[in-house]
Amino acid sequence: MASETRTAQPATEKIMEYVGIIIVAIFVNNIVYSQFLGICPFLGVSKKIDTAIGMGLAVTFVLTISTIVTFLLQKGILDPFGLGYLQTISFILVIAALVQMVEIILKKVSPSLYQALGVFLPLITTNCAILGVAILVIQKDFNLLQSVVFAVATSLGFALALIIFSGIREQLSLTKIPKTMQGIPIALITAGIIAMAFMGFSGIDQVFK
Amino acid sequence: MNNNLKVIVNGLIKENPTFVLLLGMCPTLATTSSAINGMSMGLATMFVLICSNAAISALKNFIPDMVRIPAFIVVIAAFVTVVEMVMNAYVPALAASLGIFIPLIVVNCIVLGRAEAFASKNNVLASSLDGFGIGLGFTLALTLLGAIRELLGTGKIFSLSIYPENFGSLIFVLAPGAFIVLGYLIAVFNKLQKK
Amino acid sequence: MFLSLFVISLVVAVLLAQVNKLTAKPIAAAKALKLENAIKEVVPEFDNNPVEEAYKMATPAGDSLLVYPAKKGDEVVGFAVNTYSNNGFSGNIQLMVGFDTGDKVVNYAVLSHAETPGLGSKMNAWFRDTAKPNQAVIGRNLSEGNLSVSKDGGQIDAITASTITSRAFLEAINKAYVVYKESDADSGATQQNNPEKKRKEERGGTHE
Repeated sequence: MASETRTAQPATEKIMEYVGIIIVAIFVNNIVYSQFLGICPFLGVSKKIDTAIGMGLAVTFVLTISTIVTFLLQKGILDPFGLGYLQTISFILVIAALVQMVEIILKKVSPSLYQALGVFLPLITTNCAILGVAILVIQKDFNLLQSVVFAVATSLGFALALIIFSGIREQLSLTKIPKTMQGIPIALITAGIIAMAFMGFSGIDQVFK
Repeated sequence: MNNNLKVIVNGLIKENPTFVLLLGMCPTLATTSSAINGMSMGLATMFVLICSNAAISALKNFIPDMVRIPAFIVVIAAFVTVVEMVMNAYVPALAASLGIFIPLIVVNCIVLGRAEAFASKNNVLASSLDGFGIGLGFTLALTLLGAIRELLGTGKIFSLSIYPENFGSLIFVLAPGAFIVLGYLIAVFNKLQKK
Repeated sequence: MFLSLFVISLVVAVLLAQVNKLTAKPIAAAKALKLENAIKEVVPEFDNNPVEEAYKMATPAGDSLLVYPAKKGDEVVGFAVNTYSNNGFSGNIQLMVGFDTGDKVVNYAVLSHAETPGLGSKMNAWFRDTAKPNQAVIGRNLSEGNLSVSKDGGQIDAITASTITSRAFLEAINKAYVVYKESDADSGATQQNNPEKKRKEERGGTHE
């Protein structure tokens, strides 16, 4: 009985499941405003919209590749050999090496893309969003396709967060702000208010059930 | 001795990692929904800082300059994994509430930053003290932030009731409150420092 | 150059393996303790080892739940059911629900959830408060029908501002009750002619 109902699950339901993952990752559990991952680049490179877009793209690129690699590493090597305790150490090394490799390959293959993203790549190794998503995917017990979808959606959420925030910060730089509040304090409070707006999305995923 | 004290005080106030250097923002915001959570996160980070600083300082002549950063990362990741396993074994509830942010101590810029800026240039004792000082500064900052959020949000500090929970405004325990309270705290710290 | 990096990695790996060995037991013990405490909390006093006697029981929806029978002497005094709902406000909610042999909810324990702190997370206390009969699930007799929130015409007041969480919570309890009902029927049969094992196998439940 059980297996019959499983296989008879209509294709639309499957697709809705992925739509659900995407919506939740971008809006409901936005990586910056609700998960607090990748705050350093979020505060660091959000002064101008151009750099925000560049950083967003670079993160999307690296996050997707690294999630695939670490997923395969976990399922292919760590799990079968019972080396789960080496997860943190192997993931961070793989990510560091991967960022280096992406940088080298990009330089050779597509100089124009390297021009656009190159400056952001060294910053990405210490972006906790990359390692965070790699571990989250394992914790949530996703399969490979779900992991990739989740990684892409999460990094789109990161890009969205960054772009919205940089737009507001560009305006902020033109306004008069009390001296002690200038810079990071006002930026954090702005982020808090945007986070409040993002809370309005919570529960929206109920539609996809 | 006086010098050692200076190293510790430096980490507490002048180079306070949270309020002045603005490092390690992710765990600062994410794990301070209550004072006890903030403090535990701070202590876990402090342990990693002291151990990794000491180990890296002891190994500094053995590590070639070229592979310095990967070697540091390996050492830090090792101590982080130790903390993770020990917490899972003896304080599982706490480990569950800090969740993914324990393994993420690896990418906390404070730890790698101190390894590079201090431990790779100083002796073991000074490096450990530096780790202690910076770790203490981080712990105090997180505890303070956690206590304020817990008080405003639920009327408690360290689960001790200060005023009835119904008067608390929940937003401070949720994500936006983290950003807002930290923003004001940094502003206050700025003001105090200038005087 | 690479040799030293290799040596460091090797030393670290060996070290971690040792720490892993040392902490593996306490980690397992802590998990077992959490489970045991949850069971103790939700069923009447027992003297057997429910964890060892636990078995999986299929639900009508096609999945299965773990059932922990609690016995005193040889007599069954209740069942703890590890149940869940995926319809919480933020996804999965895991509960341990205990029933006595008379269809009544003895108690429950929230094993894990991701609900909003201060709103949905109140379920830990909300449905336990027997001083407020309209919101407590403890002591409810489920043979009188499934539980539902008063907004849906049911008998339980939902947590203020957290109706979705409350619905998911009650859904999990109702799900547990179905499984409990079958387990209870099985154990009743045990006392007569002991066809217990056979019956469960027919249902496709795996013995563990």
